[in-house]
This record gives sequence, structure tokens and C-alpha cells, in this order.
Amino acid sequence: MNSILNQNSLESEAIYILREVVAQFDNPVLLFSGGKDSISLVRLAQKAFYPAKIPFPLMHIDTGHNFPETIKFRDQLVEELGLRLIVRSVQDDIDRGISVEEKGKYSSRNLLQTNTLLNAIDEFKFDACIGGARRDEEKARAKERIFSIRNDFGEWDEKNQRPEVFDMLNGKIDIGQNVRVFPISNWTELDVWEYIKRENIEIPSIYFAHDREVFERDGLIWTASKYVYKDEDEITKTKRVRFRTVGDISCTAAVESNADSIEKIIEEIRDSAISERGARIDDKRSEAAMETRKQQGYF
Amino acid sequence: MEVLKIATAGSVDDGKSTLIGRLLYDTKSLTLDKIEAIDRLSKKNGLDYLDFSLATDGLVAEREQGITIDVAHIYFSTPKKSYIIADTPGHIEYTRNMVTGASTSQASIILIDARKGVIEQTYRHFYINNLLRVKEVIVAINKMDLVNYSEEVFNNIIQDFEELKARSDFKDQKLTFIPVSALWGENIAEKSNAMSWYDGQTILEHLEDLKTEDFVEQTQARFPVQTVVRPKTDEFHDYRGYAGKISGNSFHIGDEVTVLPSGTKSTIKEIHFFNESFKEAPAGSSVTISLTDDINVARGDMLVKTSEVPNEKKLLDATVCWMDNKPLIPGAKYVIQHNTNSVLAKIDKVEGNVNTNPEVVSQEPNLKLNDIGNVRLKLSKCIFADSYNSNRANGRFILVDTQTNTTAGVGFIK
Ligand SMILES: Nc1nc2c(ncn2[C@@H]2O[C@H](COP(=O)(O)OP(=O)(O)O)[C@@H](O)[C@H]2O)c(=O)[nH]1
Repeated sequence: MNSILNQNSLESEAIYILREVVAQFDNPVLLFSGGKDSISLVRLAQKAFYPAKIPFPLMHIDTGHNFPETIKFRDQLVEELGLRLIVRSVQDDIDRGISVEEKGKYSSRNLLQTNTLLNAIDEFKFDACIGGARRDEEKARAKERIFSIRNDFGEWDEKNQRPEVFDMLNGKIDIGQNVRVFPISNWTELDVWEYIKRENIEIPSIYFAHDREVFERDGLIWTASKYVYKDEDEITKTKRVRFRTVGDISCTAAVESNADSIEKIIEEIRDSAISERGARIDDKRSEAAMETRKQQGYF
Repeated sequence: MEVLKIATAGSVDDGKSTLIGRLLYDTKSLTLDKIEAIDRLSKKNGLDYLDFSLATDGLVAEREQGITIDVAHIYFSTPKKSYIIADTPGHIEYTRNMVTGASTSQASIILIDARKGVIEQTYRHFYINNLLRVKEVIVAINKMDLVNYSEEVFNNIIQDFEELKARSDFKDQKLTFIPVSALWGENIAEKSNAMSWYDGQTILEHLEDLKTEDFVEQTQARFPVQTVVRPKTDEFHDYRGYAGKISGNSFHIGDEVTVLPSGTKSTIKEIHFFNESFKEAPAGSSVTISLTDDINVARGDMLVKTSEVPNEKKLLDATVCWMDNKPLIPGAKYVIQHNTNSVLAKIDKVEGNVNTNPEVVSQEPNLKLNDIGNVRLKLSKCIFADSYNSNRANGRFILVDTQTNTTAGVGFIK
């Protein structure tokens, strides 16, 4: 037995939030993207309810444009922890005519993901969706509450947010509303990496430096893949790269890197000059990109 | 790494955004693409310097109106510490945001425009910091460049502020005055040459010296139960643990505890965090506690040491900050959420409305949005609460509107 517990304050806060979700909602779900943030959330949930199993399912909104590594990783994790995984796919919604594919040079399925997510929330009647968004990621995220209320259409009304005082979380909602919950709101990218290191958490291989067929556009590095639109004069070559976020392959840019271990990644981030979201093309579309997407129900 | 949370308060245009932007820039927390964006926008606005207020101005609506309308959280770090700044707007009508920001902060920065000195809104900013018991307050006297970096102006403002302090009932609060120019980065992270008469610390130096452990409240231990953990697996067949976050002080294995409200007594058998067990867990830890006796404990209950049972209250006197458009009136019913416990409350009396100037108490029979006043509540069931000043975690509550479900107000128990 250990003598005195010395808990990290960000970790105790996240665990406190996860427990409030289970206590205050009937039907929560953890939105699992396969990225490092949602993987860390799974670990936090394990800790929050141990020795019981995580008392909610995971849901992956699959754009169909995945890095194969992340899907393999997802399935292993779910199997290991004996969790229930729900997958809802953008492709199905396109096939059913509910969503229409974007076209052209900057096309991605990021916006369509919102549609599929909202349909899934409706289908399963989830009242709380736990996500790994962090307030340091982007300006609009900086205003997000920990319990963020969405209306029937998944919309975020940023001007009418409930005040959140101290650590008191008010999860009371009307029928039809649901809540997005952000337990690692107060973490930074570096906090997440340090947690992964301390906890020895496994993450998909694409976070580490590897050789990959890529091409450059607008100063960013894109994966050569059948899912990524490429002009004929855009030439691919092999580069040593890694990814800082894991999303839809068509809108997640790589960074040149030799960081092939967690320690090196942490070092790299400490002196890095590109912010994490700088590597996601869909935010560059306009200054207010994230805010507009959030108002429409994007996670 | 240590995390220090800071709230900011100042009137519009006192330079809050600029100061925060400066802190970010000087600590190299702004990434290249953000600096480029600031540069681009500054030029677009016809400025020949970097307008650091652009580093924090968040939402589109705010950019259009040029104001901050909600609490934004801003992150930066130094090799020593991580910082989270709750950027709270200074308009009088936004008291609720300031209370929100200060509620999660250990320290606060109050801005004063050196040209204007202590103004009515400063009273309110200071009052809120006292009400919430924010221990560490930095008074940044900004725009010193516009008063020729005058020491006399600085000293006069300190004197005015000391008068405010003399009237406060929170004697443990530490006030630090720092003359700065946020725009030119004087005394923010770097010592000012223009103000060689000032030999104190810069804002950043001062923040770096604060120790987060000094801010953990040391009082009586409380353990509000969030949820009951019952694995029902072969290995943990009869395990029944209570999940929650400890406040006030440590719990140890072997502590004799009383479960509230039932009053049942038992002893702590185990303290778990994940797959490890501990002899002691300090305030602030999220743990799972099991007891030696098989008794009925549910969410909303609270474990306390048997020698430290808080008062049983059915009538609450509290200072309430009102956060809803619908005014608080006598006779109205709300759900009071106190820790993990919720009971119905009826507003018995609204006794007075604390004005900007704490000495002026008007006798309004209701509280409107952004008012702070004295309220008596009648509860449908007893709660076990402390006064906010003796136990912050167990001395506060929120009021939830039974129709709209919104968080309508926050209360500090007397
Ligand atoms: N001369 C001078 N101007 C300042 C200083 N700090 C801020 N300002 C200017 O005051 C105006 C308001 O600043 P801002 O940071 O937006 O104020 P906020 O409303 O408190 O966030 C802007 O035009 C700033 O450039 C300062 O130290 N000196």
C-alpha cells in the first residue's frame, strides 16, 4: 500500500467531471476519434470507475477517410477493455442521400461528420457526449463550458451559455437537448503528451516520425492518398513526418519530424512554432471557421 | 507541472486584453502563425505596432462589437508553471462573468487605468474578489506611459486603494501594486527602465513566485459522494466504493466518519485511486472510498469525520450573485445544488442589494441580473453546510431554475 496519494490536479478534475456525467445523465457516450485526446479520455474513464468497467459506450463517427493505423488501434483498445463500440459512418449517410460529398481541391468530410454525429445522437438518444476538446486548441474553444448545452439541432448558442461557477456542474436539460462534455478542457497539448508518457499509454503509430509519400500545398504537408485531392502538378515525395492530430486523412496535415518517441515529441512540441490547429486545413478556410462549425453542431 | 489559475478584472479599455497578449508574447507562448495573424490584423487596422489585444479577442460577435462578452480561458506556460487566465469582461452588467472567472481562480489581476485611478467599477472588482475570498490580488496600474511614468500618480492610486482595503473584512488577502504599460511591455515580463523608481517585481516575476500549494484550502475535510462504484465482477463481487473528490483536508484509512444526512457512523476501510490503494488522500484528490460497514450511501450524501460534523441547516442566509435575466423574487422556488446534493429551496427574503460601493446597501426586495444581495432561503430538506468563509467548498451553492434549468445564481453561505 502507498502512503500519501499525490494526484495531478488536471487529472482529478477530469475524473471528477466524468463521474458527474455518469451521475447526472441517463445515457452518456464517449466520442472516440482514435486520436491521443480521446485515448487519454478512455484512460481517465478507466480510472474514474475502477474496479467497475467504463459505464458508457464509445462512439466513432467514421469519415471513411481514415488512417488505417488508427482503426486497427481503435479495435484493439475496445477489445482489451471490453467496451462497447458504436460506429456511424459518413459514407452510409452519403449512400442514403442524407449527406452530399464536397468536391474540389479543399474537399473534406469534416463538415459531413457533423451531420452523421447529430443523426447518431438522435438515433441512440444520447443525452451527454463526452469529447476530448481542449480550450487551448482554438479561440472559439476558449469559451466553451465543461457542460456545453446543445439544442435539438445540435447548435451551440455561445451567447447564452450557463455560467459555470467553481466546480459545480449543472447537467439539467430539457428533452431533446443534449450536453457536450469536455473533461480535459483545461489541458494543453503538452499536458496530454506528458500524461501519455507518465501513464505509459499506447497511441497510434502515425503520431511518431515515419517515412510517408506526401506532397506540399500552401506550405502544408499532405498525405498522398486516394482520399486526398491532388492536382497533377503537385508532386509527391517521401518524407520523414508525423501527425500532431489524427482526423480525416483529407484535412490533416503532417509535420516534418524526426520525433520517434514520446520524449522526443514532447521536446519537439516545447519548441515548436506551429500551433496544433495550424496543421488542420479546414480552420484556415477562415478566421471564424471553428466558431461557425461549432454553431452548427460540430464537435 | 503546477497550474496557477488567474482571473482578470478591469473596465473596458483599461488594457486587459493587451496585458494578457503581452504576457503570452513575452513568455513565447504565441506561436508563429498567431503572431503572423496579429501582425496582419494590426496592419489592416492601420497600426504600426503589434496590437496584442488581438491575441485573445475570441468570438466573432466580440470582434464585431470590439468587446469581450464572456469568460475566455487563456493558456500559457513558463518552464516553472502552467497558467490559465480567465479573461473576464469589465462592464458593470457582466458581474456574473467576473464571479464565474474568479470562482475558479487562485489569484486575480485588477487593472486600473493610471489616468483614471480608482473608479466606481474598481470597487466592484475588489468587492467580488473579497466575497469569493481570492487570496492573492495584483493591482496592475496600467498605461503608465500616458502619465509620464509618474511615481506620484502610482502612489496616489495605491493610497486610494488602501482605503478600500481598510474597509474589507478579508484580512488575509494579499495586495500587490505594480505600475505597468501593457502596450510597451513595461513591468509585464521585463523590468521597466522608464520607471526606475519602482523596485518591486514585474507581473510575471510575481506570478512565478506564487506557490499553488499555498492556495489549497486547509479546513475540515468533506467528501461529497458523486456516484457509487459496484463492479459486480467475480474479483470484486461485494465491493462497494464511493467515488468523489475530497475537499478541505485529508482522509485516512481508519478515520471514523459520519454519513450525512443519515448520521450513520462507520470507519474508512480503503482509499483507492485506480488500481492502487493509499493510507491517506489529501484535499483535491478524486478517489474511491470504501467503509468497514455495509451501509446505505448514495449520491448526494457526504462523508465527514465524526468529530467535525457541519451544521444542519434548513434555513440558509447567504450572499447571492444573480446571473439570470429573470429577477430573484421572494416566494420563488429553485433547486439548490450544494456539492452533489440537490434540494428544493424557496426564497424567503431578499434583504438588500449590495451596490458597487459595498457601503451602500439598497433595500431592493429583489435581485436582478448582475446584482449581489443578501438572501434567506427555506429548504425542503436539511443540508449540512459550512459558512463560505470557514469552508469554501462546503459553503457555496448554485440555484437552478426549475423551468429553464439554467444556473440562475450562486450563493455564499454566511
Ligand atoms: N498608451 C497605452 N495604451 C494602452 C496600454 N494598454 C492598452 N492600451 C490601449 O488601450 C486600448 C484598449 O486596450 P484593450 O487591451 O483592448 O482593453 P480591454 O478592453 O481592457 O481588453 C487599446 O487601444 C490599447 O492599445 C498601455 O499600457 N499604454
